Amino acid sequence: MNAPAYNFAYLDEQTKRMIRRAILKAIAIPGYQVPFASREMPMPYGWGTGGVQVTAAILGPHDVLKVIDQGSDDTTNAISIRKFFGKTAGVATTTSTAEATVIQTRHRIPEAPLHAGQVLVYQVPIPEPLRFLEPRETETRRMHALGEYGLMHVKLYEDIARFGHIATSYAYPVKVNARYVMDPSPTPKFDNPKMDNCAALQLFGAGREKRIYAIPPYTTVVSLDFEDHPFSRYRFDAPCALCGAEDAYLDEIVTDDAGSRMFVCSDTDYCESRQAAGHRGHESAAPHKEGAHG
Amino acid sequence: MYVAVKGGERAIENAHRLLAHERRGDRDVPEITLAQISEQLGLAVDRVMTEGSLYDRELAALAIKQARGDLIEAIFLVRAFRATLPRLGATEPVDSGAMRVARRVSSTFKDIPGGQILGPTFDYTHRLLDPQLAEGFVPDEPATSQASSAATPRVTDILGRDGLIEPSPPAEADAPVGDLTREPLGFPADRDLRLQNLARADEGFLLAMGYSTQRGYGRNHPFAGEIRFGEVEVEFLAEDVGFAVPLGSIELTECQMVNQFKGSATEAPCFTRGYGLAFGQSERKSMSMALVDRSLRARELGEEVLAPAQDEEFVMSHSDNVQATGFVEHLKLPHYVDFQSELGLLRKLRKEFAEANDNPEPMQEAAE
Repeated sequence: MNAPAYNFAYLDEQTKRMIRRAILKAIAIPGYQVPFASREMPMPYGWGTGGVQVTAAILGPHDVLKVIDQGSDDTTNAISIRKFFGKTAGVATTTSTAEATVIQTRHRIPEAPLHAGQVLVYQVPIPEPLRFLEPRETETRRMHALGEYGLMHVKLYEDIARFGHIATSYAYPVKVNARYVMDPSPTPKFDNPKMDNCAALQLFGAGREKRIYAIPPYTTVVSLDFEDHPFSRYRFDAPCALCGAEDAYLDEIVTDDAGSRMFVCSDTDYCESRQAAGHRGHESAAPHKEGAHG
Repeated sequence: MYVAVKGGERAIENAHRLLAHERRGDRDVPEITLAQISEQLGLAVDRVMTEGSLYDRELAALAIKQARGDLIEAIFLVRAFRATLPRLGATEPVDSGAMRVARRVSSTFKDIPGGQILGPTFDYTHRLLDPQLAEGFVPDEPATSQASSAATPRVTDILGRDGLIEPSPPAEADAPVGDLTREPLGFPADRDLRLQNLARADEGFLLAMGYSTQRGYGRNHPFAGEIRFGEVEVEFLAEDVGFAVPLGSIELTECQMVNQFKGSATEAPCFTRGYGLAFGQSERKSMSMALVDRSLRARELGEEVLAPAQDEEFVMSHSDNVQATGFVEHLKLPHYVDFQSELGLLRKLRKEFAEANDNPEPMQEAAE
């Protein structure tokens, strides 16, 4: 039987070159979805195969990798992906946003501002922002080519007409570099402003749909809106119960079956750093830590 | 006091340890061997090889064992392994006309040159559970006779001699072979890529798509021109030697559907083809594939595309069970950040709704 032997960061160099070419093209055309020959990865489609391939293609032996899911380093899929690269690439891993050179994420952008030289890799399920308005790829590619985004504005307008608000709370569409309408991946719209003029390189990988796209550092990213209905972040009513942060995205934790709940930071590293710096919320208690990450 | 939920790392390890335990089952029951799977669950191995796109009985059997008999999981294991293999080149086209036929039936002619050969088949068995099989059953040796030396030409070739069926497009020896695992798929897709997609497609999905054409959603009036199963030689043209080197033989099932075509202004009415090919003995798969291949030719044949089975973007984008199961099952992953966002919006909308119902005027304003 053939005993499998795998390359650094799992993918063979040929495949990495193919992915890097797609990444370079994506950086050259901000917001444009570049088709690439996505491989079958040893984790399921829909579980981050696009992000994993992008990370595998850009990772070097001296990189420091952070992986988050829902903003947390300790969610099961984040652990699984971090372990995968720990095992196949032997790179250093961290939970610290500031120390990481590559951050792979699902559904969140870290609260701490990213700095130049960092790369944020997003896992993307459906890269096409127009998909739920027009299911056909042939049609949506044409719409992007012509910059024909009227359909999206009509959808947003209809939301306002029906609900009084734009009823999209995550995967909120943005326009990149005043040209392509782009899906930011299913991050809450709270995170959208962080994409604009960001110092870090932002790469998006969709494995199942075989697309890569990018936002180069310091690129203009605008959330779609109307003059009389400007984009607004969703704001929580409460500060974080653990670190007292008032500017962070919060998870709602149901604490009993009688309707009690509390709000805590979704970005665990941000919350822990603030607590370490002496910030306290009304439920402060150092979170139980299992141990160092492998 | 709230304690942040951590400990995922140990939980994952323990879950996988438990999985290994459950996979083994009762340890007083002997462990199943790869040879047993390959020999006695051969059709499962055939399916995993076909949809896994890798002809290797031993690895397919290992995948089935590792996947606890979940064939889609086994296909996934084989695919992930296959993705890492180097590509040395493409073999010469196999000649299914020269197949050492183990089974071959045609529904379009009573008898055909080379004869109808039933071979090993469930057809005409009465589906009665057989208690004898439960344990210790020793079947009779198969009946044997002198092998016929008669050639077994493909039925569609016989029809082709009179021009009653469209010719198969001739193979272009130097044309590159499309490979959707190496180049991202674009639409419209050529037939080589469509056939590759269908060959890898989920058997159940193709079965339902093919069935839908029979029930009138894109009907294409099929006859099973021929279904054949047997061994073919695989040859590889080695550049340095200068001739084709035999690599071995593989088992294939081929189905050629013969379908009506009314003709057009420029073409006389004739029969058209739908083609199905699968590793091992995979008749349901290759027949369904042939039906769907023919329906996907609607555009090429100038037929109106109305039904799902005729729509290549629909069929090809949803046929792959490894992709489909991954995305369906990813709903198990945490989505609480987005859910929180939706909760916030919903609470806001409900609050506004309640306020508006106390005082209907503002609703009107919103509607304007």
